[in-house]
Amino acid sequence: MRTHYVDRLSRTDRDVIMTLVPEGGKVLDLGCGDCSLLSELVARRRVQGTGVDINGAQLVNGLAHGLNVYQGNLDEGLADFPDRSYDYVILNQTLQVVKNPLLVLNEMLRIGRFGIVGFPNFAQWKLRSGLFFGGRAPKSPALPFEWYDTPNIRVLSISDFFDYCRLQNIQLVHERYLVSGRWLRTLPLPLSNLLCQIGLFVITRDHRVT
Amino acid sequence: MDCNSVGLVKPQTFTFGTRDDPLILESGHSLGPVDIVYETYGVPNEDRSNAILILHALSGNHHAAGYHDPRDREPGWWDGMIGPGKAFDTSHYWVICSNIIGGCKGSTGPLSIDPGSGEPYRLQFPVVTIGDMVNAQKRLIDHLGITRLHSMAGGSMGGFQVLEWLLRYPEMVRSAICIASAARLSAQAIAFNSVGRTAIIRDPEWKEGRYTGKGPEQGLAIARMVGHITYLSELLLDTKFGRRLQSADQFSYNFTSEFAIESYLNYKGSTFTQRFDANSYLFITKAMDYFDISRSYGPLKHAFARVLARCLFVSYSSDWLFPTSQTKEMVSALLSNGKPVSFIEIDSPYGHDAFLVEEDKLARILSGFLKGMDVEVAA
Repeated sequence: MRTHYVDRLSRTDRDVIMTLVPEGGKVLDLGCGDCSLLSELVARRRVQGTGVDINGAQLVNGLAHGLNVYQGNLDEGLADFPDRSYDYVILNQTLQVVKNPLLVLNEMLRIGRFGIVGFPNFAQWKLRSGLFFGGRAPKSPALPFEWYDTPNIRVLSISDFFDYCRLQNIQLVHERYLVSGRWLRTLPLPLSNLLCQIGLFVITRDHRVT
Repeated sequence: MDCNSVGLVKPQTFTFGTRDDPLILESGHSLGPVDIVYETYGVPNEDRSNAILILHALSGNHHAAGYHDPRDREPGWWDGMIGPGKAFDTSHYWVICSNIIGGCKGSTGPLSIDPGSGEPYRLQFPVVTIGDMVNAQKRLIDHLGITRLHSMAGGSMGGFQVLEWLLRYPEMVRSAICIASAARLSAQAIAFNSVGRTAIIRDPEWKEGRYTGKGPEQGLAIARMVGHITYLSELLLDTKFGRRLQSADQFSYNFTSEFAIESYLNYKGSTFTQRFDANSYLFITKAMDYFDISRSYGPLKHAFARVLARCLFVSYSSDWLFPTSQTKEMVSALLSNGKPVSFIEIDSPYGHDAFLVEEDKLARILSGFLKGMDVEVAA
């Protein structure tokens, strides 16, 4: 399902992530699916990659690419992974589908120095107007699902995410906003919350770096 | 014989441990001469860097693939995994399966002749450990001219041997696959082994191990029945047998075995007595009971710091003898040392036996892992 919707966006979020991860680091991808993003990161950025997913059959593809994989349920935490054992932990298009997003965010910033979080903005104007004028659960190219089959059980906006980071003393290191097919490096509130379809953020709890 | 079979194979024997160079056991005893029976499939490359060692479980042996005779009904025990184009691809790798010491399949064990007395060892055979089995395999691997194994794989007790290899000879293992195993045998598993051994020892035909001929068949069959239950899952027993009666619709109101599951276990027990020796069963289950990485090498986190291989751990969702939690304990210890390790839990109803039954799912994972090793080697 995730692939389905990422395909519609031509996977441009992956290209952006590629630019956000420095060469040669240790990268953990949470909800990595078939490890295709991670394999690309290894090939293009020479990172050392580990993929985590709940679906073991999909992880075999990662093994075949020489990656380390770990089958696990993010909602149960990642206690087997020690603190600060990775440079970057990626959570792309996964935050909105987990039951315990706060646990997952905490775990990613415990394990990694930086987190890269990408999620669809549920407050984008088209979705707002769909709900306001259409009176139905909104849909968009980024959110093509019906209310009954959507994997997205956590509905959040850019502002929601910022509020949470502030509350938790999480620092934003980089921001990327997808607006009408283009990725912007900055976009002030409330425009970002109104216009962007997908937000991608590099976050950290390591305050020495910000 | 399918076209992906390794075809006809012939077991070979390697003998070592002469009087001045015996195998020193963990118990302090020395053992020699020692025979190791093994088979190989595929061919070694020039520098013998394509070798994969297969390690068998409790009732397994060296005959992992192919046939000994064109009339054989069954191929080796892991034939679905070993052969041209299979997970352990013999057109690429040189696959070796050796037989453990202490067993009854040709390698030195309680049935072998004690050079001291000229009689079979029987209970005079020293108690061997998993570490001793691995030390014996190490001699074989040296003899075969292998300095570093490309990979090794084993399930259950075979997984114990994988772990001993990783810790005893870390520099000799490039990658390792540990399936449905654990860093120590659990109290529950020791309990079942104990029931099995007691059944053998209490059989009047056991005669302190000095039986000749058939020996304690009843005891050994009961041991196998108990063991076999632990290898299966409740769901599997329920779907395969349920409460079905074997040959009648009505209860017989006596104590003959009438449920289908009873007939099945009786069959498993009695066929096992034809292919296994009771004393060997005692020795091998004892070796399993003694297995405990932490006792030998310290806490897991500390012990696994010396591992140099890229590791893959596989567990099965319905395995209650070696549950996933025990596999994850090892994965966690390796992760905390920053070691390259992968973990996959296969969803299966087949319980502990799944690694021998449901080969397709495992084969995909293992070929993926080995393919990934080639990526690593190429880089």
